[in-house]
Amino acid sequence: MHSGYWLIASIGLPLIAAAVLLFVPDERHDIVRWLSAGVGAALFAISVFVFFAYELDRGGGFQFFIRWDWLQNTAFLRAHGISLAFGVDGIAAPMVLLTGIVCFGGALISWKIEHHNKDFFILFWVLVAGVYGTFESLDLFFFFFFYEVAVLPMYLLIAVWGSSSTFPTFTRTKEYSAMKLTIMLVSASILIFLGIFAVFQKAGAGTFDLQTLYAVQFDENFQKAVFPLFVIGCGVLAGLWPFHTWSPDGHVSAPTAVSMLHAGVLMKLGAFGIIRLGIQLLPAGATFWMPGLMVLATVNVVYGAFAATAQRDFKYMIGYSSVSHMGLVLMGLATMNTIGIDGAVLQMFSHGVMTATFFAMVGSVYDQAHTRDMTLFGGLVQKMPFFVFFFGIAGLASLGLPGLSGFVAEFNVFVGTFQTYPWAAALGIFAAAITAVYILRMMSMALFGPFNERWASLKEMTYLERGTASLLLGFILFMGLWPAPFVDRISETVRLLPGVS
Amino acid sequence: MNFDYTLFIPEFMLGGLAALVVALDLFMPQLRKSWLPYVAATGLAITAGVSLAWVNKQTNFAGIVSIDNYTTYFRVFFMLIAAVVCLASGRLVEDQLRHPGEYFGIIILSTIGAIGMAAARELMTAYLSLELLSFSLYILVSFAKFDARSNEAGLKYLLLGAFSSAMFLYGLSLIYGVTGSTYYGDIASALSRGTHDFSFALLMALVLIIAGLGFKVAAVPFHMWTPDAYEGAPIAITAYLSTTSKAAGFALLLRLFGGAFQVVHDDWSWMIAGVAAASMILGNLVALQQHNIKRLMAYSSIGQIGYLLMGVAGLSHNTASALVLHLTGYMVTNLALFVVIIAWYNLTGKEEIVDFRGMRERAPLLAGALAGALFSLAGLPLFAGFVTKFILFQAATDQGYYWLAGIGVVTSVISLYYYLQVMREAFVSQPAEGERKLQVPYVMQGLTVALMAGVFYVGLYPANLFSVIDNATRFLFV
Repeated sequence: MHSGYWLIASIGLPLIAAAVLLFVPDERHDIVRWLSAGVGAALFAISVFVFFAYELDRGGGFQFFIRWDWLQNTAFLRAHGISLAFGVDGIAAPMVLLTGIVCFGGALISWKIEHHNKDFFILFWVLVAGVYGTFESLDLFFFFFFYEVAVLPMYLLIAVWGSSSTFPTFTRTKEYSAMKLTIMLVSASILIFLGIFAVFQKAGAGTFDLQTLYAVQFDENFQKAVFPLFVIGCGVLAGLWPFHTWSPDGHVSAPTAVSMLHAGVLMKLGAFGIIRLGIQLLPAGATFWMPGLMVLATVNVVYGAFAATAQRDFKYMIGYSSVSHMGLVLMGLATMNTIGIDGAVLQMFSHGVMTATFFAMVGSVYDQAHTRDMTLFGGLVQKMPFFVFFFGIAGLASLGLPGLSGFVAEFNVFVGTFQTYPWAAALGIFAAAITAVYILRMMSMALFGPFNERWASLKEMTYLERGTASLLLGFILFMGLWPAPFVDRISETVRLLPGVS
Repeated sequence: MNFDYTLFIPEFMLGGLAALVVALDLFMPQLRKSWLPYVAATGLAITAGVSLAWVNKQTNFAGIVSIDNYTTYFRVFFMLIAAVVCLASGRLVEDQLRHPGEYFGIIILSTIGAIGMAAARELMTAYLSLELLSFSLYILVSFAKFDARSNEAGLKYLLLGAFSSAMFLYGLSLIYGVTGSTYYGDIASALSRGTHDFSFALLMALVLIIAGLGFKVAAVPFHMWTPDAYEGAPIAITAYLSTTSKAAGFALLLRLFGGAFQVVHDDWSWMIAGVAAASMILGNLVALQQHNIKRLMAYSSIGQIGYLLMGVAGLSHNTASALVLHLTGYMVTNLALFVVIIAWYNLTGKEEIVDFRGMRERAPLLAGALAGALFSLAGLPLFAGFVTKFILFQAATDQGYYWLAGIGVVTSVISLYYYLQVMREAFVSQPAEGERKLQVPYVMQGLTVALMAGVFYVGLYPANLFSVIDNATRFLFV
């Protein structure tokens, strides 16, 4: 069998699942759940397979390559004009694995959704298909197509199944957050849209095939002009300061599984887009603009960390912590050296599993307590030891404890940054210290300390939640203790990136 | 001179069908109300099938009407739209009309006008076809005789429409004055020899023609009649207004500007580009303020016209193909959306956006189609709108209209905001106490599913359709 069918399966399966779910009667929640769990498991298996079957001795290029022509030799399109071309390289392989883990976990954690769970899972699987498609597409049109597919279901997912947050002086409704997120992300894609038009037009090859476009030498001024379109366009999804404001609001309002997927995987699409469209397509533009990105990324890291310390709401804290950690990804990319970009991709994976764990944990407490104000909790360890265990490990990974995934990633990012922009690395490490402050503060406030009797009725996590958390935690440990499978794949490909020293 | 009357067999059939429908209504009153939509739709579908006999033939009737793939495409297209509108009108006819035969007869006759606009290669024929369509629409808009809104809308539409027809006609007469011919081919060759002292007259003529057609397709600044006509017309006619009337305007624009005025492209492209930009911006911004679904659709369609005009501004074979593809996708989507709105209106009697609340609970099929159609209009993927807009914008960019494509993308995002507001009512707001699940008639269910299948077809695999269109638009530039 052609190996590319695995990639087709990873995109087709969720789409087929969404189509099949349309025909399930509204009230048969059980069918929806089991079907979705099955699809999630299958996708997880496919993703693990794709990750490990990516062969290291073939030089870091695209593998599992498959192409189906979709529209060609019509109007302005020539041979292979728009094709369903898929393939993964050493950067995409860990992202595919990450998607598999998080979507399986998300499907399990959504088991308890009662309100129209059929609709929820239809949108959920469309979202998942969009994410896989973006990571695997080797055609500019379909890259953008799937990128938008991943954004499309967000409004309804947040506005219907999400939750509003009440602050002392105002209420942030879920409709507001959903609209803000959707409009900001779609507005950002205007820039990508324009960048794609410009690149297609300039290349004059009559094709959106990325590999053909990679071979084109665009002149330097063109690259300098178009690169910001791609970086800001994708950067908004990656939480780039000052366009990050959708992210805390959106993640807080979203239902648990959507927060997991969005913070865990979707934000990575943005960073991935910067590599695929920015660095690979326009290397000279990247070299020119990267100092600017480094400045913004540093603000991201420091500002995100400080903002996180000021939060009382669990989810807002995690949201701002995501902004800070995505800043590390951008910082790594901005170094334009191999170790820095290696670190960035590692951080993408690490932050993905870590943040998904966080959101899964908060979801399990919120469903019982109906509040996320960490100052109201205390001594949860006495009632929910498993919860505290999982939450604690994810927190420690977040602050970069050796032996967990965060350390490997941040170490690489900081080494890369020190070689190029020592001041930024210094600020980044300072921010890592702030991370320790807000994580440890949260732990001492909510997880440990004297028990607050108000929560005497809280129950331990369900077995399903424990299973999900164990799955995610397994990968945090895996990457922390044995990073070689990740580093080998990533560095093989990063070495090939144009303009990287 | 070729006087082969067999070329008009489909139009003769339509004329016969219109007469048949009226006669059935007169002489067999016992079956008229519930059966007439099906008779009309079946007749239209059969005629559409017959007109396929001219696929890949290129011939003409005395040089005034060209029968080629472009004409065939629009023949089928208009007949299918009319068939859908007839089927969707069933309830309206039963509730409000005393003589439904006339209603269906006029719809069928207007289709002949629309086809003539696509097929004409001579100015007077084009004008007469346009008037046949317009007069039919004036009557249809005011068809709800006892509804003041409908009367008002019909009157407004009639006055402004007559005014714009006069401008269009004056423009045509100036063209005849400048070039000495009313045949597109002769006009093109006269213009390519140079216009010498008549360049101002030519400019005036182009301004008047663009203004006249601008009225018909409702482009800014000639759009004023649209919201009122949309709001006042019976809702099925609103659907018809926003599809056939617009599409026929573009069929004529492409044929006329591609066949006759392409040689003086620089003289008019800037006007069209300006109108396109204004339509996109104004249509989408004003739509943000609307709370009635018909008015919302009116302004949304003004915005959509702006996207389509982008393809006329940079007219070439490629952009014409992209334009017709987008037109097709847009029409299918728009019909799907209108079928949902009509079905909902029939069941609830309400047409404000807030009245869509709880649609997910009360009519899940309609709600799903509503979401899909709105996403498609906003240009999001999986649905028709994404692909067709992408190709249209790319084609415009290839002609150097970066700024128009830029405005197009930005206004698409603005449009997403008001489409999402409608979706919020349908999915997030819960139905009020005592509002139960609704039983949607099978016809409407079938139409919804079929049209949504069309939206997905264009959105997911447009290759075949696009090559058919590309083949059809080839004949515009001969």
